[in-house]
Amino acid sequence: MTRSPLRIFFATGSWAILAFLVLPILVVIPVSLTDTSFIGLPREHLSLQHFDTFLHSPEWLHATWTSVWIGVIVGAASTTLGTAFCIGCWFLSDRAAMIARWVMIVPILVPPVVQSLGFYKFWVTLGLIDTHFGVILAHTLLALPYVTISVFAALTNLDRRIPQAARNLGAPLGMAIRTVILPSIRPGMITGAIFAFIVSFDEIVGVLFLTVRRVETLPKMIWEGIQESVDPVIAAVATILVFITLLVTAAAVARSYVASKPQAS
Amino acid sequence: MNEKLRYWMLVLPALAVMILFYIWPVLNIWGISVTEPSAGLGNYTRMFDSNAVRVSFVLTFRVAAITTILCLLLGYVLAYTISNFATRVRPLMLGLVLLPFWVSVLIRSFAWIVLLGRSGLVNDALMDAGLISTPIRFMHNELGVLIAMVHVMLPFAVLPMLTNMRGIDGSYMRAARGLGASEWRAFREVYFPQTLPGVFSGGLLVFVLSLGFYITPALLGGGRVMMISEYITYQIQEFLNWGLGAALSVALLVATAIVLLVAARFVNLRKTFLERS
Repeated sequence: MTRSPLRIFFATGSWAILAFLVLPILVVIPVSLTDTSFIGLPREHLSLQHFDTFLHSPEWLHATWTSVWIGVIVGAASTTLGTAFCIGCWFLSDRAAMIARWVMIVPILVPPVVQSLGFYKFWVTLGLIDTHFGVILAHTLLALPYVTISVFAALTNLDRRIPQAARNLGAPLGMAIRTVILPSIRPGMITGAIFAFIVSFDEIVGVLFLTVRRVETLPKMIWEGIQESVDPVIAAVATILVFITLLVTAAAVARSYVASKPQAS
Repeated sequence: MNEKLRYWMLVLPALAVMILFYIWPVLNIWGISVTEPSAGLGNYTRMFDSNAVRVSFVLTFRVAAITTILCLLLGYVLAYTISNFATRVRPLMLGLVLLPFWVSVLIRSFAWIVLLGRSGLVNDALMDAGLISTPIRFMHNELGVLIAMVHVMLPFAVLPMLTNMRGIDGSYMRAARGLGASEWRAFREVYFPQTLPGVFSGGLLVFVLSLGFYITPALLGGGRVMMISEYITYQIQEFLNWGLGAALSVALLVATAIVLLVAARFVNLRKTFLERS
């Protein structure tokens, strides 16, 4: 490979940009290990005291657990609703179905503060303010666009003649969906479910509008922590979450290296 | 049962929930804006007369535009390298783009506060090195908001451009080079025009998301860089002014819709939003 100026410019530029993307996030790691009681780098020695605080704080643990189980329910609910929706649209494949798909992704386009204001007023009349169900319903609506996008992407790769063959051989619609369509779009459903979980797990603006004291989620605790105090326990929480993301991403990268090996050699 | 009706039975639950609990409440904001605190268009006249609102809208559009341009420039370099040069490190580079994408916006903003604050790590390091004697203000101003916004939005610009560049046939470039064009000229006249759909797609995505962005500007701006989303919550939380908040929300929605309508002439909206990979 020749090393032309253009090539050198793009390669060095890219590594610099990647450093800008990744390094600022990693800064939470040394800060979480500080031996001081304020946000900053460790002074005398490294300390795990802030992780200890997190692991022994009923509030933090309870908020974490709440975010996890709400995320799991949102993932299940939005994947179920979204998959049925996509399969219906895929069979219909007409103008009305196209409009329905556009309606479904509106939450991506509406600013978070605007939709939360709408939720708030409606949730007040429904009596859903400061309830877990209210948060789950809001998060399910916000997750549905991502589920429909990834499930529909999986459906576009599915040959229409396959479910048709099952129908022609006498399988009722329900059976054709269960035994033919669902198994072949499973990767799209899993991606959608993961997306839905993360949308819910990270969501903050809706929770700020819709909850008061009874419902505490992890992002809400972090948000309040950033605004009110300079407690390094937030850095410890951030480090744990960054670490989980790092492991999952590293596993995905390693997998794609393994997958690409046979073609390379 | 009619076949078509059965398909609609699958579509309907999700669609009904979406229309009833999302579309309807959002449309209802218009109702709030003309009824609270009193019936009429009072909120809208106040909004159009207010200097603070005008300042906030101009700020919002400026920050969104600068963020979009920076994301496109940086994102293009990244997407181009990943698709064309970096065969062996491609998965690693992709992973490094996706890692920040999966870390929550709240935590990324927190990291920037730790770095850019008055006694943040950057100021500490510069003072320890003796380069400055008083802390530089990196945040609670537009600079800090822009740095963090570019950081948050960059993956949204890179991913559509990558999808686009993946579909570009390398033989055009080789033909141009074979016919004697310099590498730069082949890039400019043959490759770059083919990447414009991806550039527009990524740009629109970043711009629309930036217009309504709340978390990062609110945290890095410290109340001094009030973009329209923060202005809305400020009106509601500080003054319980739901009417004006609702009118501003309608204005922000209309602004977003206009951006999308104008963009529809240059951008394939279906590919940008519905068929995002």
